[in-house]
Amino acid sequence: MEQQSLFSVISPIMVGPSSSHTAGAVRLGLMARNIYNAPFLKVKFILYNSFATTGFGHGTDKGLLAGLLGYSVDDSRIKNIFDIIKNEIDYSFEYVEDISRFPNSVDIIIDGKRKISGDSIGAGEIRINSIDKFPININGNYDTLLMFYKDKPGMISRVSDIIQKYEINIATLHCGRNSKGGIASMCIELDMPAKDEIVEKVKALKDVFFVTNVRKLK
Amino acid sequence: MTLLSFDELLATTIEKNLSISEIAQQEEALFLELSVGDVRSKTQENLIAMREAIQNGLKSTEKSVTNWCGDDAVKMTQRYKKQKALLGTLFEKITTYAIATAEENLRMGRIVACPTAGSCGIVPSVLIAVSEERNISEDKQIDALLTAGLIGLIISYKVRLAGAVAGCQAECGVAAAMAAAGLTQMLDGTPQEILQATALALKNILGLTCDPVCGLVEVPCIKRNAFLAVHAVTASELALSGIESKIPLDEVVDTLKITGQLMSPLLKETSQGGLAKTKTAIELEKSLSKLKG
Repeated sequence: MEQQSLFSVISPIMVGPSSSHTAGAVRLGLMARNIYNAPFLKVKFILYNSFATTGFGHGTDKGLLAGLLGYSVDDSRIKNIFDIIKNEIDYSFEYVEDISRFPNSVDIIIDGKRKISGDSIGAGEIRINSIDKFPININGNYDTLLMFYKDKPGMISRVSDIIQKYEINIATLHCGRNSKGGIASMCIELDMPAKDEIVEKVKALKDVFFVTNVRKLK
Repeated sequence: MTLLSFDELLATTIEKNLSISEIAQQEEALFLELSVGDVRSKTQENLIAMREAIQNGLKSTEKSVTNWCGDDAVKMTQRYKKQKALLGTLFEKITTYAIATAEENLRMGRIVACPTAGSCGIVPSVLIAVSEERNISEDKQIDALLTAGLIGLIISYKVRLAGAVAGCQAECGVAAAMAAAGLTQMLDGTPQEILQATALALKNILGLTCDPVCGLVEVPCIKRNAFLAVHAVTASELALSGIESKIPLDEVVDTLKITGQLMSPLLKETSQGGLAKTKTAIELEKSLSKLKG
């Protein structure tokens, strides 16, 4: 059993009514915001299963949008988010039943070019499972260096070599790939945020397509 | 937090001659790498948010998006003004505060999940109502919340606190156990009495299912907060009288977990059974889909 804080039982301070369907939704939105990390004009949310069937009564739609716009889980304005943002952003929702997906699951498609998928796994905890078609594993509890690259030997040691020069401790490391020699992903959870220089150095490595520093959630 | 059972917790209180709240703050300070003072401030932040949720809830009659609930706390306040509750002012406050908080939750107001959002009214209503009626100091209220938190945490090591895992036993049931523990601490109960209050509260919610109508945190969740807040007080009163649970607390928690495993999935937050499948619930479901458009 992993140790936990007492504040996992008392907290979060949040807007209701559901930690999984409201607070979890806000955190999924916030996580997508941290990953995309750029201004945007359009977003489509695809809500799956319980998110789709009970999302209306739980304000899941409002939570997702508010999170993507940077509102925190305890912001009382979330329930009025549709009135607040009016037409500043083009947003839409789709509701889908798909038993292959987790009960509380969402795809967030930003500006039609990046699809971020995640689940709300209970008590406000979340995980991001994929970006576009690539599997990843981010839960928002750590600053995470996320990268995509051509699957080949030696990449982990090259990247960890760069990180260790800055004396940052790696908490966990998770790799995935779509096929051998295909496109691979690496999620490195760090005890401190990666400096811009680290991101630049990793970007400069051969066969690295994409690198970003995903900030942890508060 | 490294204490994994209530036996270990009790042994630690005896060995170190510390109260449960003192152990809670020390362990938490170590775990979060904060000072004890910071842990207490963080606890106080939650206490303040709980009071604000009660105050906001008491004022509002705003309905939820379903239009089913939202004005019960005000109804109770009005009735108690005209006619005192049989069990007196403290009972009035506890029941009204529990409903006020739960209603604030359903209208997307700001609350403290304790341990979950659906059970957010139970711990605050008991601790805050009693501290108002008995002029309990802020420090003792913080101690009570720390104790409630540590009790909930140790339970959560054995059972995930989610209706989908163990039914409402793990949500409102555990909230009642936390409230009973916190209240017993606030009334200067010994560590033994605090753990007895927890065991007595938990033993009497075993088997509680999670069958919310349309899958929403409204029916029966809101009113259940008031019922289980009073339940917590009963447990605390018995424990403070020196009454002991014949079954030790750790075994009661194991029983809760096993009962959760034995419970049909239809009764664990899936809304496929229980109240959620009554004739009226199905009609409500139809009216809700019209509302969604």
